[in-house]
Amino acid sequence: MSTSTLRTPAAPSLRRGVLTLAWLLPLGVFFVALPWIQEATGVTWLVSTLTRFAIYALAAAALNLVMGYGGLVSFGHGAFFGVGGYVVAILAHHLAEGDALLGAASGSALAVWPLAVLTSGLLGLAIGWLSLRTSGVQFIMITLAFGQLVFILLVSLEYYGGDDGLLVPQRSSLPWVSRPSLVHVYYASVGLLALWLLFTARLVRSRFGAVLRGLRQSERRIASLGYPARPYRLVAFAISAAGMGLAGALWAEYARFVSPDMAAWTKSGEFMAMVILGGVGTLAGPVVGASIYLALEQGFTVLTERWMLLFGPALVLVVLLGRRGVVGMVESGMAAWRARRG
Amino acid sequence: MSVLVVENLRKSFGALRATDDVTMTVEPGEIHALIGPNGAGKTTLVSLIAGEHVPDAGHIRLLGRDVTRHSGPKRARGGLGRSYQITQLMAEETAEANVAMAEQASQGHSFRFWRDAATDGSLCEPARAALDRVGLSGRASTKVTDLSHGERRQLELAIILARRAQLLLLDEPMAGLGHEESIRMTTLLRGLKGDHSILLVEHDMDAVFALADRVTVLVRGRVIASGPPGTIRRDPEVRSAYLGDSLDEATPAEVPA
Repeated sequence: MSTSTLRTPAAPSLRRGVLTLAWLLPLGVFFVALPWIQEATGVTWLVSTLTRFAIYALAAAALNLVMGYGGLVSFGHGAFFGVGGYVVAILAHHLAEGDALLGAASGSALAVWPLAVLTSGLLGLAIGWLSLRTSGVQFIMITLAFGQLVFILLVSLEYYGGDDGLLVPQRSSLPWVSRPSLVHVYYASVGLLALWLLFTARLVRSRFGAVLRGLRQSERRIASLGYPARPYRLVAFAISAAGMGLAGALWAEYARFVSPDMAAWTKSGEFMAMVILGGVGTLAGPVVGASIYLALEQGFTVLTERWMLLFGPALVLVVLLGRRGVVGMVESGMAAWRARRG
Repeated sequence: MSVLVVENLRKSFGALRATDDVTMTVEPGEIHALIGPNGAGKTTLVSLIAGEHVPDAGHIRLLGRDVTRHSGPKRARGGLGRSYQITQLMAEETAEANVAMAEQASQGHSFRFWRDAATDGSLCEPARAALDRVGLSGRASTKVTDLSHGERRQLELAIILARRAQLLLLDEPMAGLGHEESIRMTTLLRGLKGDHSILLVEHDMDAVFALADRVTVLVRGRVIASGPPGTIRRDPEVRSAYLGDSLDEATPAEVPA
């Protein structure tokens, strides 16, 4: 720090840019090359697991927008994940039955996915509009209640399988790919995760993001500047719900199956755990959290089916060690190292 | 036209009459000080004017408009700026970002989702100018958590200046400041006189009598006296209720809070 401040002001930002590229580039190459890596190594679960990772990371990042940056602990975000998935599954179901719903069900992902995003976003607008009259613990409870409402609604959809869920007869077609394989879903998920992270990075630094962060830190101050809290929080909630819907849509394409469990409170809890584990209110947090979550799931299930029994204490440990999760710990560790180096 | 008119304002919390039939004005460019012992209802009155509480009866007019039923944020958009007795700042942000937030609010709504606010010159430049005005230009990129108490007080002032409010409600801007810092703050506030209309709630009597054009004394929610500082200082009712005998020595700094 002391030496870099002596240089021209452009130097540190340039160095940071080069550093970012230095780890982002190999990461990008790895993700692009993954299907070939799988083929070469014969590890059959690679693409499948990393698709799951990308979808979970996307969902966690979407949740982090309200939970981390907005300071609003929503316990009902699984609902938006479920609804996004059901939009894809229901449209695919009708397409296979030959009675294309809404006409939009041309079966193209370019129509189906935006529809899933829009549906979840609008539902988020409605649930957010009602929930944001409350705050604190009440907000947690009311979002939980709305989440369960959506869950029960999906269970009661007898026509679409009710409790048992619904199979996705065929994946939505992608441009130039009429029958996408898992690898295509993988690329789409990783690509959309990258786009979402870029979008979030811009969003939280924009004027809107400044208001959102400000509301979390001092609601009174922001109010005294002339900002009503609710419209800003509501827009953030809806954007977050839309992102959740996108993740749900991708999940339906990946698993080719949806069930009400996608919208259950346990799912909301899983996403919350990922955000907390990785680091609340940090850009990388949800991604790190999702990867650790999946690694533990993958690793611990080998030992025991009740892997949550091991995951629980791990989560408690991380929360006790630092408020900003793994990312926070790494950051403060790096700061300490830099300080010691002088 | 008065910047602020408060008419027959009443507010009770249960049996407690926190604000009891208060009538007062703030005229353009003046500093109107509001003094009174602890529990006199000064902060309640400020909260009523700022729209954080709803009055039981009476009217509040801001720049000629009846704002009695307006929300706090709406009054802020109508030209009212407020500083807090206990500083209300965005603790994780830099001083500059805190002020930029106010500048951003002055420029209208913030439903802008893409451009980086931290490097937006139309926000940073006015923010730095406001920091400069309160003597914090050297601390622009310091986080609030690393600022001293006095610097946070200055920052509060920079924020409401950047908000370009016509009426400033300053709730004890000297609270917790050392002697030197108080003098600096007094000089600062004197510099704002004329450009801004200020309602100043303050316990520091040195500051009040150095700054105020008019003084209103509140005791148990009621106005017991109002007038120029000289008159208030000599008012026997005020002396017995609040100022005490320490004023005889013309060193009113030691007035019990």
